[in-house]
Amino acid sequence: MTEQTETKKDTVTVTVDGKTFEAAPGELVIAAAERHGIYIPRFCWHPRMKPVGMCRMCLVEIEGVRGLPPACTTPVAEGMVVDTRTPVVKKAQDGVLEFLLINHPLDCPVCDRGGECPLQDQTFSFGPGESRFVEEKRHFEKPIAISELVALDRERCIQCARCTRFADEVAGDPLISFVDRGDHTQVLTFPDDPFTSYFSGNTVQICPVGALTASPYRFKARPWDLDQVESTCSTCAVGCRVNLQSSQNDLVRMLGVDSEPVNHSWLCDKGRFGYQAVEHDGRVTHPLVRKGDELIEASWSEAYAAAAKGLADVRDLHGAGAIAFLGGARGTNEDAYAWAKLAKGVLATDSVDCQLDDGLPAAAVLGLPRATIDDACRAKAVLLLGPDLKEELPVLYLRLREAVVDGGVAVVELGPQSTGMTRHAKTTLLYRPGEAVEVARALTSGRDPMPDAGGVRGEELAAAAGILGRAGEGVVVVLGRPSVAESGRTVAEAAAVIAAAWPQARFLPALRRGNVMGALDMGLAPGVLPGRVGLDAGREWFSQEWGVLPEEPGLDAAGIVGAAAEGRVQALVLLGADPINDFPDRTLARRALAGAGFVVAVDTFLTDSSREADVVLPAAMYGEKAGTTTNIEGRVTRVNQKVTAPGTVRSDWIIAAELAQRLGGDLGFDSTAAVWAEIARLAPSHVGLTADVLGRRENRDGVVAPYEGEGPPRHEAPVEQIEAAAAVHQGETLPSEAVAGAPEHAAVDEPSDDDDPAGAGRPPLLTFAVGDAGSTAAPPAVDAYALRLVAGRRLYDNGVTVRHSAHLAGLAPSPRLRANPYDLDRLGLGTGDRVRVTSSRTTLTLEVAADTGIPRGSVALPFNLPGEGAADLIDGTQPVTDLRVETTN
Amino acid sequence: MAFRDAPDILTSRLRYEDSHTLERFLATGGYDGLRAAVARPADEIVEEVKTSGLRGRGGAGFATGQKWSFLPADVFPRYLVVNGDEGEPATFKDHMLIERDPHQLIEGIAIASYAIKCTKAFLYLRGEFALGHERMSRALREAYTHGALGRNVFGSGFDIDIVLHPGAGAYICGEETALLSSLEGFRGEPRIRPPFPAVKGLYQKPTVVNNVETLANMAWIVLNGGAAYAALGQGRSTGTRLLSLSGHVNRPGNYEVELAKSTFRDLFYDPALGGGIKGGREVKAFIPGGASAPWFGPDQLDCPLDLDEVQQRGSMMGSGSVVVMDETTCPVRAAWRITKFFAHESCGKCTPCREGSGWLEKVLRRIELGAGREEDLDLLLDVCDNLAPGLSWPPGQTTICVLGPSIPSPIYTSIRMFRDEYLTHVKEGGCPFS
Amino acid sequence: MARLTQENVERAREIISRYPASRSALLPLLYLAQEQDGWIDDSAMEHIGDLLDLTPAQVLGTCSFYTMFKRQPVGRHLVSVCTNIACLLNGGYELLEHAEARLGVVVDETTPDGEFTLEEVECLADCDRAPCLQVNYRFFGNVTHDDFDRLVDDLRAGRLAETVPAHGVLNREQPPPVSVRRADAPHGAGD
Repeated sequence: MTEQTETKKDTVTVTVDGKTFEAAPGELVIAAAERHGIYIPRFCWHPRMKPVGMCRMCLVEIEGVRGLPPACTTPVAEGMVVDTRTPVVKKAQDGVLEFLLINHPLDCPVCDRGGECPLQDQTFSFGPGESRFVEEKRHFEKPIAISELVALDRERCIQCARCTRFADEVAGDPLISFVDRGDHTQVLTFPDDPFTSYFSGNTVQICPVGALTASPYRFKARPWDLDQVESTCSTCAVGCRVNLQSSQNDLVRMLGVDSEPVNHSWLCDKGRFGYQAVEHDGRVTHPLVRKGDELIEASWSEAYAAAAKGLADVRDLHGAGAIAFLGGARGTNEDAYAWAKLAKGVLATDSVDCQLDDGLPAAAVLGLPRATIDDACRAKAVLLLGPDLKEELPVLYLRLREAVVDGGVAVVELGPQSTGMTRHAKTTLLYRPGEAVEVARALTSGRDPMPDAGGVRGEELAAAAGILGRAGEGVVVVLGRPSVAESGRTVAEAAAVIAAAWPQARFLPALRRGNVMGALDMGLAPGVLPGRVGLDAGREWFSQEWGVLPEEPGLDAAGIVGAAAEGRVQALVLLGADPINDFPDRTLARRALAGAGFVVAVDTFLTDSSREADVVLPAAMYGEKAGTTTNIEGRVTRVNQKVTAPGTVRSDWIIAAELAQRLGGDLGFDSTAAVWAEIARLAPSHVGLTADVLGRRENRDGVVAPYEGEGPPRHEAPVEQIEAAAAVHQGETLPSEAVAGAPEHAAVDEPSDDDDPAGAGRPPLLTFAVGDAGSTAAPPAVDAYALRLVAGRRLYDNGVTVRHSAHLAGLAPSPRLRANPYDLDRLGLGTGDRVRVTSSRTTLTLEVAADTGIPRGSVALPFNLPGEGAADLIDGTQPVTDLRVETTN
Repeated sequence: MAFRDAPDILTSRLRYEDSHTLERFLATGGYDGLRAAVARPADEIVEEVKTSGLRGRGGAGFATGQKWSFLPADVFPRYLVVNGDEGEPATFKDHMLIERDPHQLIEGIAIASYAIKCTKAFLYLRGEFALGHERMSRALREAYTHGALGRNVFGSGFDIDIVLHPGAGAYICGEETALLSSLEGFRGEPRIRPPFPAVKGLYQKPTVVNNVETLANMAWIVLNGGAAYAALGQGRSTGTRLLSLSGHVNRPGNYEVELAKSTFRDLFYDPALGGGIKGGREVKAFIPGGASAPWFGPDQLDCPLDLDEVQQRGSMMGSGSVVVMDETTCPVRAAWRITKFFAHESCGKCTPCREGSGWLEKVLRRIELGAGREEDLDLLLDVCDNLAPGLSWPPGQTTICVLGPSIPSPIYTSIRMFRDEYLTHVKEGGCPFS
Repeated sequence: MARLTQENVERAREIISRYPASRSALLPLLYLAQEQDGWIDDSAMEHIGDLLDLTPAQVLGTCSFYTMFKRQPVGRHLVSVCTNIACLLNGGYELLEHAEARLGVVVDETTPDGEFTLEEVECLADCDRAPCLQVNYRFFGNVTHDDFDRLVDDLRAGRLAETVPAHGVLNREQPPPVSVRRADAPHGAGD
């Protein structure tokens, strides 16, 4: 170190109200002061948005600076001396508060914000007593609905622009705007164009007055009646931190909590308002047992007896392999672990899958080197090969959008159709469904000139390759399932190709179900055991504790459904799974439910699938149980209980444990804490991640597994090592043994056994390489008269949460078949026409719409919207589904 | 008197009916300044302008050459934005220059663009100037054809495009950062400074914003030298400038005067200028520099037309508009009307201006209509103080831009000067002048 | 009506090409709509949003900030009487009251025949000819009450059609095309 660098400070010294402290250069005075206990009043400033200095509430005096600069737009500087309490400042702040109040109605007693209103609070702490304003206040019609979810009272609005800035800057949905000017300025939508942003609820949360209120919450409770607990949203797998609020044992509100690595305080509306499903009247509240054609309410012991007998009979008659489990991605980690232990350690079946053939193979998700959300947002480039993030993982979309718009991160999108991310992507490569592998091969080939591949032109591929670079250095691949109408194995294979060619690339899974990552970590998938280890690799380690284990790798969801349809799987346990609606191929799912001799459904509602069950065991929902959950990064956080479950509803892990007993097993735990203790002791990726560690203050944002103990944070492999690995793996085809090591070296995530004597004998974590996905044959050429189906999901769909949330249910769109205008022209069709759509499964009548975001030759139909749709058309036995589209007249 | 000896720098062509035509322009030395400029290194033109001491004629009075030199070196593209959104009440000089001598402005824009090395200039022209838009459009076409604009100006290799951009009825867009917002297609709301436009202006690129009259001086300065310009006037007040004289004078109009060499009394009473007060009445008060300026009383008639002198006496020459109010004027009504203007034109972005302007207007209207209370005077002053703490000049400011602290000017000065007349309104329950 | 005609879409594209960023063309395009229809209705704002890749709310937010954009139909002649300080001192309000009486409307109303809309406006920068007014943004200064009556008659009779085009027509001269256009096609300005 030279003398120069030693004397250079990376902080600046500032003094606020006589208190001297260090602050980061560029930090705003308002934020720096607040970190040191000096609260400067404000309305417009929000730490997650750009400062605008509009409300003028935070005016301060700064020595040597003329006038009254706003603390929210002034960055700290070395030696700066700030005063927030001089008489001049006090008068200015009083003046601003008075200005804000002159036109603000005095309706606090009937205002939803009353009791938790920044304007009310600051009036009490800083404000004058009497109003000197004797003129007529400004009037507007109040309140008006600006969407199904948000109501606006313009009389209460103080024009801080938090909502409009959020809509524009953060959500990218500028559907609300300031309209008119001066003291007539109002926030409005365009007529007949409501504020339909998926993120609209955030505007309610950040509104500093009661101008914006949420329709689901209006007049439901007063702040002083509320009780709250911090938790993690389990609607999707981003894992946003929330405050879960209840009034009289009813969930009434969810608020975003600012988690730096995850959600930055934002939530999507499905997450925010989905709690309504918990309070829905139609919950299954007591066990049900089939008597003939009917499901009859039964006691838990009757139900357990029936379930245990059914499962035991199948095991005894057909072997453990004839029992399969589907689902389990919606509960806690503890739930998932309990089910995995029941299935694999008691019944000894490995035919377990928490996904419904709508995600990615477990080996790929668990075995690829993992990136965090922050890694993706700071990446040199992001390769997005996955679903429409705005629809499936909305807050991940927000984070990535911000990284693009403010951080300049380059996104290359690879998918079968345009998405919400397309307008932010540097380039979008639209491939022919089923041909992601071909595109991945070309993209990583380094060839010049680049050949066309998978329907993407060579020059587009070359441009994308130019953005991504050669070795994947600094590249994060956001990896998920772009469409359920093409096989997930092709996507996994594409990922393997990328991982092999770019050993430095890291992967952020984009799977959607709330705790799918936790369920995979806990072993709810074929071929794996808890803690990200393979069945064979972990056999010795787990058999010491669990006793029995499956002999053979089992079936994945596609295999299970197929086998059940053929009668080879005789007993099916549905863990909150509704294959009739969520499995890509509804025809096959129906046949599976009919074909399985015995079906147990552990569920919260009666779905199309659980209605077919022989035994229904009612499970607790979100907010009714405590435990932990795991997000796409592998981040483990707590979920907490806020309300008591209805009826005799039980948590999944209890059901699993009690069922195990009836089956002659013993899961060995009697509390959530005990389940977690076992996980933290046994699951190799989670060893040491105890409740104590999770409860530490510094781990408030959760801990990313694999847990590394108290050691230094995970580190990059030395450059030489990476280059050596890269050098070995140039070329088109790769020996899988050689590649298998590559991701392991690229990011050294796991603690090495050498450093950890206590871990002796602990199995190694999974890695994933070319060949592990299995090789899929290239799909057949599309014939000239057919269009190849793309089926992505929509945020508001026909799923259990949306369907049972009063304010969300109506937001699910009706299915429309979207195609490139070229193809519609070719077929003599136009937007709004009704067409007959035929696949190998069935024929449907649908409305079509032109969409330039769909490449020629493809046709898009969202998956799982109310009514008949994509699931009826998809043939899950084929890698792709081709459709014939004909006019109805 | 001195102002009559000064050259007509800005108004030399206005004696001709066809002053707006290219023919007249060329016949009177038009585009000679641009030809001369592009034959010299750009930096020399900047130096000439610095030497001239020319100060912005839009209101703030910042030194033009200095403003140009704030542009960061070697950051391109950069833009020149011309503020032709003249809207300060009782200011009508740019209106005249645009309609009556558009080529002079075009020449000035081209010279300034050359000097600051920009190739794209935007002329933001007030929307209500329909004739101005038509004349300027035609003049721009002529200038392109003549070779004064477009690629390779007069064979010099210098390229310059001027985009004529219409305002649409918002006084605030005369504020330079609001103008930039408007030019980018947004609501005309001012921006927080820093960053200043010179560093991050239009499209976040380095930008100079100059007023129409400021740029109309360019050709003369290039042809006659900055020193010749600086020789006129004195101190910080160099050169000539256009004063828009209106109100109760016999000869309202735009007058080009040499700065610092004459007084307000000269301006009002000289037969060649204001020609005296209407009906031979007395001056009750006058506004020395636009509606934003604090009022002066008759005791300031001998104040010289000098930026510093006027500022020392608690007001400003601002946009160069001078409004004379004679003894028949109701000061409450006059102050109310100006306040009504500010309330109408407040953009609404920041709280004190948005709410304060409307509140002050309502109270003043109430007093004028006879429903005032004695305590309203203190209320007015205190609300004014919350917009412009201290109620002094130059004003303190709780707002984002200077519109806010402009609002109190007519109110507190009229209350200070005419408190009795305010109280008469209160006591008599109405306006004694109506 | 209301959406821009094909000819105006062509003009819009030319206007967009003058600017480094397409959104800058928003005010000019709103003028284009107002010239076409005499005012700006919702579908015009939607169409302009399509051309500039803006939401209609963004177009409305900007449009509503500026007093010259009329979001309600106005008469063929928009009569704008100034009452600001210089006109106030020279009879501006008296002229406005006379105008109300003569036209039989109050401020911001339109005569039943659709000929005149009367509005009170801020300073028009014609103060040496106070009191002044504009008709469709064309100036008339030193307006006496008699002058006003004659003006109304002349406008009604079409005798001033040459100097006062219909409301919405701001600039009958085309500004020249710029020599350096945006190299890239304006974002969202495609089909």
